[in-house]
Amino acid sequence: MELKDKLVSSFLAFENTVDVDTAVHDIRSQAIKTFEEKGFPTKKEEAWKYTSLNTVLKHDYSIFPKEENAIEFKDIKRYFLYDLDTYKIVFIDGQYSSHLSETTHDKIDVCLMSSALTHEKYKPIIDTYFNKITPQDGLSSLNTAFSREGAYIYIPKNTIADKPIQIIHFATGKESAQMLQPRNLIVVGENSNVQIIERHQSLSKNPVLTNSVSEIFADKSAFVDYYKIQNDDQSASLIDSTYIEQHAKSVASVHTFAFGGNITRNNLNFYQKGEGIDSILNGVTIIEGKQHVDHNTLVHHTEPNCESHQDYKGIFDERATGVFNGKIIVNKEAQKTNAFQSNNNILLSDKATINSKPQLEIFADDVKCSHGCTIGQLDDNALFYMKSRGIGEKEARALLMYAFANNVLSSVKIPQLKSRINKLIAKKLGVDIGFDL
Amino acid sequence: MAYTEDDLKKELETKEYEYGFYTDIESDTFPVGLNENIVRAISKKKEEPEWMTEWRLEAYRIWEQMEEPEWANVAYTKPDFQNISYYSAPNKKPKYNSIDEVDPELLETFEKLGISLEEQKKLAGVAVDIVMDSVSVATTFKSTLAEKGIIFCSISEAIKEHPELVKKYIGSVVPQKDNFYAALNSAVFSDGSFCYIPKGVRCPMELSTYFRINQAGTGQFERTLVIADQGSYVSYLEGCTAPSRDENQLHAAVVELIALDDAEIKYSTVQNWYPGNAEGKGGVYNFVTKRGLCETNSKISWTQVETGSAITWKYPSCVLKGDNSVGEFYSIAVTNNYQQADTGTKMIHLGKNTKSTIISKGISAGKSQNSYRGLVQINSRAANARNFSQCDSLLMGNECGAHTFPYIEAKNKTAQIEHEATTSKIGEDQIFYCNQRGIDTEKAIALIVNGFSKEVLNKLPMEFAVEAQKLLEISLEGSVG
Repeated sequence: MELKDKLVSSFLAFENTVDVDTAVHDIRSQAIKTFEEKGFPTKKEEAWKYTSLNTVLKHDYSIFPKEENAIEFKDIKRYFLYDLDTYKIVFIDGQYSSHLSETTHDKIDVCLMSSALTHEKYKPIIDTYFNKITPQDGLSSLNTAFSREGAYIYIPKNTIADKPIQIIHFATGKESAQMLQPRNLIVVGENSNVQIIERHQSLSKNPVLTNSVSEIFADKSAFVDYYKIQNDDQSASLIDSTYIEQHAKSVASVHTFAFGGNITRNNLNFYQKGEGIDSILNGVTIIEGKQHVDHNTLVHHTEPNCESHQDYKGIFDERATGVFNGKIIVNKEAQKTNAFQSNNNILLSDKATINSKPQLEIFADDVKCSHGCTIGQLDDNALFYMKSRGIGEKEARALLMYAFANNVLSSVKIPQLKSRINKLIAKKLGVDIGFDL
Repeated sequence: MAYTEDDLKKELETKEYEYGFYTDIESDTFPVGLNENIVRAISKKKEEPEWMTEWRLEAYRIWEQMEEPEWANVAYTKPDFQNISYYSAPNKKPKYNSIDEVDPELLETFEKLGISLEEQKKLAGVAVDIVMDSVSVATTFKSTLAEKGIIFCSISEAIKEHPELVKKYIGSVVPQKDNFYAALNSAVFSDGSFCYIPKGVRCPMELSTYFRINQAGTGQFERTLVIADQGSYVSYLEGCTAPSRDENQLHAAVVELIALDDAEIKYSTVQNWYPGNAEGKGGVYNFVTKRGLCETNSKISWTQVETGSAITWKYPSCVLKGDNSVGEFYSIAVTNNYQQADTGTKMIHLGKNTKSTIISKGISAGKSQNSYRGLVQINSRAANARNFSQCDSLLMGNECGAHTFPYIEAKNKTAQIEHEATTSKIGEDQIFYCNQRGIDTEKAIALIVNGFSKEVLNKLPMEFAVEAQKLLEISLEGSVG
């Protein structure tokens, strides 16, 4: 049976496991209809021109998590930022793992989507924010239809979350192939501040497909700092859709570190609803083998005096494929917009491919918008300079590549996270350099 | 009474397309609609050989299977292809030996367009192959060119007299099945220009064609084929105007350039087809396929100034097949009122050490939409390929839009690609500076726009550059906010 049919016919079974007397149920039923109509995206769609899901969709995925699979903390410790005190929301095969997690209801809510969707207490928030900015495309609708579990974070007005929050999804590979559909909702109130780190990790060689949707609301003058670490096994594919609505004077930044996985697709949409907003989108992609990373971003400027900054760096080796499709829309009301976009790439192999499509759609005249895109190689002179001073070829290349990505890395605001990413990069580039300069 | 600002405003509002006149020449027009018989009839009318008729029919059959493309960033009512007459030729069609024999009314038309043949002959040294409603009616300087072995004639003449060249190259760069409009053109093209420069010859003058759409309700389907043999050089100019008509007129041309080893082709276009009136009514639909093929060490350079047409859909491209070949694209696209332009280029790098440069300047005013759409593709064997692209947009007023859709695809690690795009408006301080020095706002804008487009204007041959500057001014008249 095709995956699409399997999903559609499983919806009834899914309904048996959730409370159908809530408003969310109508949203789910509507969403499954949308998915049935639209299905999975194909390369014929402009937004998916360079990414084909065919190889990913052919597996016979199990859709429902069976039971809670316990894993020992020592086995997975390395996937956590353990040297930093954080809240943790951990899922194993889509099920919440209470013994690995550390949640709170003290001033802020860091808990589960499943309880937020069912408890009366959260109803006003769910009614106001759930599924409000998620576009009606096939994949997002599919996630909405099966939305049950994920992270729920609510930071009320004038509150600073006392420590960063880690959201980690593990796939154990007990099933021969597994599909996960986490759904996160993050609401950050006026003048509030939160830092979030998200990670998806497969623990076996069995294929995993994650179709994740996160909705983030940043109220007036809120501050949201979001980090995505994608360093998964070759058998794991990830479709990560993040939709962010920002209100006046808020600052939201999303950093995406894509270091591995089979097919990784990042949909990142910013909707600006107010003046004086700043949106920051940063990304570093370092991949090799047959990995495929696709960044699809949208920044929609609707009101005056806002800014957006995009900076995506990519290094591609062997047969890796990189895609960047960045879109900036400036409505005619959005005068005095400053929108910048830059996409720089290095190709290390003749088998690697880059497809870049930086796109501007501008309807206002008094704006400063620019985009730049480059594809190039490491500078031979710089390499020679270092080699002549006794730095080995491999290390010299690694240093240059690190420097290339450094713009983005320097904007990481959590020091422990930064040093972790530095280590990941060193490992990725096969050198033993700390980079913690 | 003094001339007030209101008067000026009124004058600008009512200012209609200057070249919007209609020449009353008896035309030989086919019934509307398109089917195999019409295609055969066109071919027969043009006394074409059997292989050409077959080639057209093949294209027609492909076209029938195709659908009109919808991906472009333009909105319009689709033309009804069964409601167009596919052939119209001025009725009196003997071949003229000298300009005196040409229908005086026709000459007057050209006079109004400001391209007096005599003048051009004497002053500019330009050989003009005038295409008026599809059939070539006058060719000048033919004998001068013939001495050098250069063939410059209408394509129908070439089909008859140089079938071996036409047969070899037609459809080799833009095949019949390339796209919807190219297929349509291949089936029904009425006329166009053909140019062949023999080995090692440097064409002594700029070759030039003027196109006009004249007869109401007739589509214009030009086919241009330029072949530069090894080591030759040619500069080719194409200029277009159309009289104003209310219903939208369709123009689907195909231009194929072939630059053999060490050859160079410079192709310049100034297009000011009727853009429709201030309410967006009427205007020409311009759906053009232009492509050049570069062999080893050759160079193709496209320069275009697009100020007209209600809809422009045009992507002059270079296929850089040979090693060390060079492709260039310089473009100014100006849109005003309700005009929509979706234009850009494709640079396909196949050979080693190939280079391409793209400079695109978009200017949008009024309620128009201006898009740049381009592709830079570096294939895996194209070692050391180099591309530089720059797309700048200038917005005037906040009811227009500027869009950029660049596609960059690299498959070779030695590729070096740079792409940058900016969007801005004319600064108030710049206007103020000019005003202060006694330059009125309208002139100041023209000045600034000319400066903005200078990089491209510089690439045009001299006579064209002057005309293009004037056109920029005319197109932006009345757009001062």
